[in-house]
Amino acid sequence: MRSEKPVIEATGLDKRFGRFTAVDNLSFKVEEGEFFGLLGPNGAGKTSVIRMMYGFSPLSSGSMKVFGLDIETEWREIRSRMGVCQQENTLDPDLSVEQNLLIFAGYYRIPGKKAAERTRELLHFFALTHKKNAQVSQLSGGMARRLMLARALINEPTLIILDEPTTGLDPQSRHQVWDKLKDLQSRGLTLVLTTHYMEEAANLCHRIVIMDHGRILVQGSPDGLIREFAGTSVIEVESPGEELQSFVEQKQISHEKLADRLIIYTDDLNGLGRIIRQKFCPDKCLFRSGSLEDVFLRLTGRELRE
Amino acid sequence: MKKSHLTFLFLPVWKRNLIVYRRIWKVNFMVPLLEPLFYLAAFGIGLSGLIGDVVYAGDQLSYIRFIAPALLATAIMFNAFFETTYASFVRMYYQKTFDAMLATPLSLEEVITAEIVWGATKSMLASTIILGVISAFGFAVYPWALLVIPLAFLGGMVFGSAGMFFTGITPSIDMFNLPFFLLVTPLFLFSGTFFPVSSLPEWGQYLAQLSPLYHLVELTRLATMGSMESSLLVSLSYLTLLAVIFYFLSIRSMRKRLIK
Repeated sequence: MRSEKPVIEATGLDKRFGRFTAVDNLSFKVEEGEFFGLLGPNGAGKTSVIRMMYGFSPLSSGSMKVFGLDIETEWREIRSRMGVCQQENTLDPDLSVEQNLLIFAGYYRIPGKKAAERTRELLHFFALTHKKNAQVSQLSGGMARRLMLARALINEPTLIILDEPTTGLDPQSRHQVWDKLKDLQSRGLTLVLTTHYMEEAANLCHRIVIMDHGRILVQGSPDGLIREFAGTSVIEVESPGEELQSFVEQKQISHEKLADRLIIYTDDLNGLGRIIRQKFCPDKCLFRSGSLEDVFLRLTGRELRE
Repeated sequence: MKKSHLTFLFLPVWKRNLIVYRRIWKVNFMVPLLEPLFYLAAFGIGLSGLIGDVVYAGDQLSYIRFIAPALLATAIMFNAFFETTYASFVRMYYQKTFDAMLATPLSLEEVITAEIVWGATKSMLASTIILGVISAFGFAVYPWALLVIPLAFLGGMVFGSAGMFFTGITPSIDMFNLPFFLLVTPLFLFSGTFFPVSSLPEWGQYLAQLSPLYHLVELTRLATMGSMESSLLVSLSYLTLLAVIFYFLSIRSMRKRLIK
């Protein structure tokens, strides 16, 4: 039960491009200190929402309040208190690593001495001190991403927006970014994340919204959504026989039939799981826990989007 | 455009360009240093023997003396126009520099203004160096010749804004060939730069009056050698008017292009 104002409050948000509706009457809130995830397939409208959040895209209708201020009129104040880590690498290739931070600090009117201090801290925090004189083009993908994050923190924001921060990173770099993000969250920052990696959202976010076609499909905690839409356990049966098919249909067990697999969602691993294990799968059966990916695919479908 | 959209916050963006420029300042200085020498050598030594003297504003001038101020004006045009077309396009499209800036407290107006003012600054830097070169030949009368520097800023604002307008509407970087070929090249050749516009047919002379480069050349001639054939006030007003018009057009075209 929080009494303070939410950090972000979107009400009846619409974004239209000509006749195409990218965001359709969306409402949600992000509370202070929360790690909030915005998930959805390509073209679901995530980036449109994010861009409206930092006042880059004008709203077609509805309202967006950040820190209790209206983004359409007080965008400058809002942006001075938030950090944005965009999807694409927008680092300045004409500048060194250190200059990227120093010059960016100027855009926030941070005085030189303070900017130098903040730059030193951030380079240290993101393990980039040894690269401070390097050119951006000399950085690995993971280092460039860390520098993007460092740059988003130059103004000591209380809110950070991360648009697919780990896309294209190797597992080591991804885990390193996750550690840093968790660290920031534990310091009380509010974080908004979009990602295509369900594992990432489940791992980091307190609360997620899954959207598609510009609308919210569901929202809740990752665990809650898994319980509700996938069940705690999942059984994947490869090349299932006719009998199993009629068995699950007869018993009205939640399932999904794919080309060569049957996916069974259940909470009853001991009872039902045992029956399936003994009767219907002599060899190729996978018993695993339900995941956010199951939720996502069940809700948004399995067809390709683009 | 709301008043609050343009503040002095454009200065840090301008400074960013200056820092990048300073990193390779030797290369950046070399072009304006050598280019006028090439022109003076080719036209002054090579051509002037064939041409002899030129009559300009009632005075008999050696050909090399006639073209020296034009080198200032054309450099002003090229520096600003090149900067806000090719260089700005690279920053906008390939480097996503503007996208990053527009997530900070900077407004679109500030980013674009900084780019144009930077283009004008490059014109000033280049014309200062060229002024040094032509002064060494004795083609500039001081202290008036120093007025070339503020003049370069004004001319830079005209051509920088015009370039930025094209950056807002060009579909790809290769398409800049069009404004360069259809606009900049004819301006370069027919603005009283390498021959007096009085040599043109009457309709050509009228057309030349529309050329911003013509008025800029006129003003650089006035500043460096104390005479011009047209009116100081008309030329100054015309350039100022064009700068204002293209500035607003450039903001509009860039807003249309970037803000979605």
